[in-house]
Amino acid sequence: MDLENQQRIKDLAEEHGPENMVVVLGGAEAEASGLACETVTNGDPTFAGPLAGVQLGLACYHVLEPEIKDAIAEDAYEEQISMMEMVLDVEEIVEEVKTYRDKYSKYKLEQV
Amino acid sequence: MLEGKKIAILGDRDGIPGPAIEEALKTSEAEIVFTTTECFV
Repeated sequence: MDLENQQRIKDLAEEHGPENMVVVLGGAEAEASGLACETVTNGDPTFAGPLAGVQLGLACYHVLEPEIKDAIAEDAYEEQISMMEMVLDVEEIVEEVKTYRDKYSKYKLEQV
Repeated sequence: MLEGKKIAILGDRDGIPGPAIEEALKTSEAEIVFTTTECFV
């Protein structure tokens, strides 16, 4: 994950409180999405950026996951997201992000 | 479910770009506090 963005996420978590933050990913493939999720939950795995050793434990979801998808108006989802949903390996991406979230997120969205 | 939450969006140039996610999430109850589009690789 971009070092500059790591700093922004760190600053935002301090400003708003980590319990109020949700990181939403739009990654095209599973491994990179999982790495981004790991970075904002358990810290930068490459130990290169501002989040190295910083376990924010943020709630982190991919936009294709039902927790996020269901919060978006259907027509807006259709217009902005659904085309990519058709070409991406949704199952693999979701599984990978969920693995890191289950392992490291201290905060999660409550399922309604 | 997202009510009162502050959202940071990390879009992907080759996947779903930040602005597209932002447009979609504007229709939710969350507040978007940061949007970017990364080249994930």
